[in-house]
Amino acid sequence: MKRTGAQILMEILKEEGVDTVFGFPGGAVIDIYDELVKTDIRHILVRHEQGAVHAADGYARSSGKVGVCLVTSGPGATNTVTGIATAYMDSIPLVVLTGQVPTQLIGNDAFQEVDIVGITRPCTKHNYLITQTEDLARTVKEAFHIARSGRPGPVLVDIPKDVSVMEVDYEPIPRIRMKSYRPTYKPNLKQLQKVVDLIREARRPVIFAGGGVITAKGAEPLTALARKISAPVTTTLMGLGAFPGTDPLWLGMIGMHGTYRANMSVNGCDLLIAVGVRFDDRVTGKIDTFAREAKIVHIDIDPTSIRKNIPVTIPVVGDCRVTLQELLKLLEKDGLEVPSDSIRPWLDQVEHWKNTKPLAYRQEDVIKPQYVVEKLYELTGGEAIITTEVGQNQMWTAQYYHFDRPGRFVTSGGLGTMGFGLPAAIGAQMAFPDTVVVDVAGDGSIQMNIQEMATAVECCLPVKVAILNNRYLGMVRQWQELFYDRCYACTGMEHAPDFVKLAEAYGAVGLRATRPDEVEAVLREGLSTPRPVIMDFQVEREECVYPMVPAGASIAEMLLV
Amino acid sequence: MNSEKHILTMLVDNEPGVLSRVVGLFSGRGYNIESLCVAETTDPEVSRITMVTKGNAPLIEQIEKQLRKLVNVIKVRDLSGDKSVKREMALVCVRAKPENRAEILRIVDIFRCKVVDVGPEYYIVEVTGDEGKLSALLKLLKPMGIKKIARTGTIALFRESA
Ligand SMILES: Cc1ncc(C[n+]2csc(CCOP(=O)(O)OP(=O)(O)O)c2C)c(N)n1
Ligand SMILES: [Mg+2]
Repeated sequence: MKRTGAQILMEILKEEGVDTVFGFPGGAVIDIYDELVKTDIRHILVRHEQGAVHAADGYARSSGKVGVCLVTSGPGATNTVTGIATAYMDSIPLVVLTGQVPTQLIGNDAFQEVDIVGITRPCTKHNYLITQTEDLARTVKEAFHIARSGRPGPVLVDIPKDVSVMEVDYEPIPRIRMKSYRPTYKPNLKQLQKVVDLIREARRPVIFAGGGVITAKGAEPLTALARKISAPVTTTLMGLGAFPGTDPLWLGMIGMHGTYRANMSVNGCDLLIAVGVRFDDRVTGKIDTFAREAKIVHIDIDPTSIRKNIPVTIPVVGDCRVTLQELLKLLEKDGLEVPSDSIRPWLDQVEHWKNTKPLAYRQEDVIKPQYVVEKLYELTGGEAIITTEVGQNQMWTAQYYHFDRPGRFVTSGGLGTMGFGLPAAIGAQMAFPDTVVVDVAGDGSIQMNIQEMATAVECCLPVKVAILNNRYLGMVRQWQELFYDRCYACTGMEHAPDFVKLAEAYGAVGLRATRPDEVEAVLREGLSTPRPVIMDFQVEREECVYPMVPAGASIAEMLLV
Repeated sequence: MNSEKHILTMLVDNEPGVLSRVVGLFSGRGYNIESLCVAETTDPEVSRITMVTKGNAPLIEQIEKQLRKLVNVIKVRDLSGDKSVKREMALVCVRAKPENRAEILRIVDIFRCKVVDVGPEYYIVEVTGDEGKLSALLKLLKPMGIKKIARTGTIALFRESA
């Protein structure tokens, strides 16, 4: 059957189960848009292409599906780069479709030409330039396959205008097989048996989980493992939700702003079972002091994550879910029972750490940002999807909102991209129209993609933005306070817009709380309004996030309140 | 830990941009490239890249894993050690003053090289061999004056006898 490239693209999107595309049109993709509107795929028209990528990313993180965006060549394509790098650092499956100038103009500095494949090579899992319509179907299918399999990631497909316009004979492609790309899902069972042996000998075990567990849908076997061997659990920022935040074995988050007990537990454990993590520097602190007394098991689907930053006792390459399930089977077969008296002293010690230095703040006359997050947790019953911006707002959310399930916490971990939260909330709201979605924002970050309020209003997506407004680039100010003699160089944000009026200007609802006793009422009203809302919480300006491990220090050396 | 030279050879899809992915990986992650050699294999869809890099054992392990992670890389092997045959070719343009010509030809003969171009003042010598042979030859020719040199970088294959 004769089909144009654009028509073939629509066939593939349908085949891949795509129901939503986030994008922004332009000359190079006008033919694709012309076909897109004839399908029943929903298109969300953003106000900036960075917003399209973050929205697709929020959609992917909350739903587990591949997020898709469509943008034009040149500036449309370059505007996606921060979003792509954000998804790449956090292993989020995206397919980014960019228009390109016609093939015969490539290399001629044509109008709106940019080598986006060259630009994004280091921040995509893979990318393609399609040079003939005949290759389009296979390439786009490969892109989806690569994006969602193995360690997921963003894949960019650059489509020259003539490739979308040309008609060719089209036959659906059955299955994608690639000789040079075969991720390892099944673990080596001999390696896993060694893990069983280590678990039997361990007296002070800790499980340390990361985003890989969420990606692999491994939260269930992870929880089962922890309970079976009575091991306390900590996670990275990306791993929040992989283990119930209300479970007695929960230690809280590890790392630079981790809890006292999580950091002390990892510091003192004799067996660290690391699953779906990559030992980022924000987690390990000074690397040669990290879990110094522990044997380390590292389970991950990406061999490059293993032994990259830290030597391990037992490396296991495999999908986190499959591997944890196999490990549980082996433990079952082994009949391993952890004698409670052998591990009791350890659990008592952990309990002691928990009670000596819990997370704390004092609510006085000015609104404390932590109080806002705590109230938000209370009023949403922990059931909301929470996105964040970057900075103190992000850390307080990680500390004070307790996530019991995966897919509820959507944050830019690896890249730390300010401006991520609002578009990501829009994407999550698309995936879950009936769930409350809240972006916990900073006054600085929210201004980086505030234009997406128009998208939310236009598409009737009732996202809530809770700005912890300290009129500072707070996290940077905190470093200046602690390590730069309080020289607040260029971190004051005195001239922010009036966020209430701004919300109204966009056609959204604006609310403000200036005193602690107004917080609850504003949250109640905001959360129950079935429209997009901005809530401006004017919080204590110089509050700091604690605990804090100074950069380069061991994670056991925390600054506490 | 010791930083040693390693010869990595890989089969890759013979497609535009693949070399750039490999080289970009090295520059982006701060790995070092001492030499690099690329050409098609007997299968026109597959090319072989041979690279010489330096690093301690954990770094080389990481480099190999990173290379395997690239979607277009089919296979990676470390060909260091004596289980492989290694060769490099060089063209050396050496100053050939009348009083030096006999000496140059003698050296060329001993090293089993060839003079491939003769000019009034210069010879171009073609030499093939392993790294040791090339550096020994260059050491001997240097005093005569080396005007230009072009080296291919090392290529290598596993010995079938090994
Ligand atoms: C795009 C981008 N630029 C700069 C930074 C560096 N940075 C990290 S946190 C931060 C402050 C963010 O301020 P705000 O959004 O008000 O959050 P707060 O820390 O005050 O809660 C900055 C500037 C960043 N992470 N991302
Ligand atoms: Mg701020």
